[in-house]
Amino acid sequence: MRRFSWFNATSLTFGFAFLYLPMLILIIYSFNESRLVTVWAGFSTKWYGELWQNDAFLDAAWVTIKVAFWSSTLATVLGTMAAYAMVRAGRFKGRGLFSGMIYAPLVMPEVITGLSLLLFFIAIGLDRGVFTIVLAHTTFAMCYVSVVVTSRLVSFDQSLEEAALDLGCTPFDAFRSVTLPIIMPAVISGWLLAFTLSLDDLVIASFTAGPSATTLPIKIFSAVRLGVTPEINALSTIMIGIVTLGVITASLITRATAKKAAADERAAAG
Amino acid sequence: MSRKVLILLPYVWLLVFFLVPFGIVLKISLSDIALAIPPYTPTLKDGFWTMVAGLDLENYAFIGAGAVFAGFAAIVLSAVMFRIVYPRVRRALVPDTPNGFFDTAAAALTALAVALVNVALVVAVLALLFPALQSFVDVPDFLYFAAYLSSLKIALISTFLTLLIGYPIAYAMARAPSHWRPTLLMLVILPFWTSFLIRVYAWIGILSTEGYLNQLLLSLGIIGEPLTILNTNIAVYIGIVYTYLPFMVLPIYAALEKMDDSLVEAAEDLGCTALSAFWLVTAPLSKPGIIAGCFLVFIPTLGEFVIPSLLGGSDTLMIGKVLWEEFFNNRDWPVASAVAVILLLILIIPIVLFQRNQEADQ
Repeated sequence: MRRFSWFNATSLTFGFAFLYLPMLILIIYSFNESRLVTVWAGFSTKWYGELWQNDAFLDAAWVTIKVAFWSSTLATVLGTMAAYAMVRAGRFKGRGLFSGMIYAPLVMPEVITGLSLLLFFIAIGLDRGVFTIVLAHTTFAMCYVSVVVTSRLVSFDQSLEEAALDLGCTPFDAFRSVTLPIIMPAVISGWLLAFTLSLDDLVIASFTAGPSATTLPIKIFSAVRLGVTPEINALSTIMIGIVTLGVITASLITRATAKKAAADERAAAG
Repeated sequence: MSRKVLILLPYVWLLVFFLVPFGIVLKISLSDIALAIPPYTPTLKDGFWTMVAGLDLENYAFIGAGAVFAGFAAIVLSAVMFRIVYPRVRRALVPDTPNGFFDTAAAALTALAVALVNVALVVAVLALLFPALQSFVDVPDFLYFAAYLSSLKIALISTFLTLLIGYPIAYAMARAPSHWRPTLLMLVILPFWTSFLIRVYAWIGILSTEGYLNQLLLSLGIIGEPLTILNTNIAVYIGIVYTYLPFMVLPIYAALEKMDDSLVEAAEDLGCTALSAFWLVTAPLSKPGIIAGCFLVFIPTLGEFVIPSLLGGSDTLMIGKVLWEEFFNNRDWPVASAVAVILLLILIIPIVLFQRNQEADQ
């Protein structure tokens, strides 16, 4: 074991300070009494109250959550299917194109994806609204889900599935009772990833949302263009809080499941 | 039966919502702007040949310096193709002989073939663009060209800065006691889950003229009057480094963590100083991580929109922002589409390189 030098300690300290100070400042100043965001005038939670009164923000938040829920659910189903097809279906016509289409959206600039989907919706005469945002988010999120699920599918033992088939399962039964439980952690993290991506997306939503639907990021973006406001600070704090709680809970659950799995394995071996 | 459904459903979904929309972008990029909704004249209605005759390359005329571009493209393309083709040719011709005559012959052959293909390609592109170039000689619209160059510049510089800041962090994480590592890893990943928009927004308050940074520096007496950082390219660099740092740290950390510590010890035992052991052992071993990290930062930065529009000034030219403004403010859909097509063409090179690097790594 090499010693942990002062150089490493310094770079960690500065690195994490750089990553976390901006958000910390944002959180602290969301409790600022004054409307002037850069002058501290005492502790207050009044901006949270005002946020609660602001119907435009609440509506947008509701739309965002709806979109995120539906698109991440759809994306999880489609992405898992795509991953399964890629890993298990063997060779089929157009496999190259398929894998290209799965990986391309991951590196595609959002402005291009958004623009092309908008032009598509207009070309087929689909009115833009919540529905079109769900379609757009599903499309790019399913690619992330399929990458996450693929890595899990590749690593697990295929003979388990074959054993189930030999013992008389239909392929669907084998998938449901053997494969799905094994890849479940990946499917869940895929869903979470899709949900966060959808919550967070500004660019694609701006292109594909009609005048009738506004998501929270669109709302925040138009407010932020005019400068820093305490309400946005409060909103950001709430969002950071939710994400932090979610990530910590998820990692605790993962750790617990991993421990349990290890214990089960030991019990089975012993 | 079920296997077919399994493949077909996601396949058709991607075809409809990913590939077809691109076809439409390509089509619209070749049509005229019209004062209508949608604001372009459809060109596919009157049959294919009328459409081809009426296709409008004006939107691509901003490649006013098209020749420059084509030359650049030909050089890069040749270099990339050579790197891809040459090892295969060599393997096919001379399976396991060391360097020698055949080797040179293979290289020469490949170089010739690649050069021919690319010259043909560039000639074709130029021939296609020539009419448009001619009709637009008096209207040199260099905005787009400048925007592409400036996007490239900003993406390159910020990738380098991210590497400079990210590497020591990844290194320290990999050297930290092993029971710290899961926590450190989570601390790096956590911002990635937090809203991108909020993380960019956090910097507005810090960097503005009466922001926290200026307050701090003024109160410490380091500066006499507030610095203007917000709405300049410096703010854009800071924003990019900040938001993309996890993308750089994670792959480098993954590479360094796999590394065997005893290699460095061996180098030091053999008389290396700590610094030269780093350059001779650690740095080369972390190269795959560095390359992956650089691509992961460079590719999305090139088309970035949120950061330049919130932190940059009116003179910050980035192609994502130009596309957005062309679309939403000027309502010029054909030009916006053309900008998107070119951006995609530029991105293909780094994306292909990245894919090859990932495959080689596995």
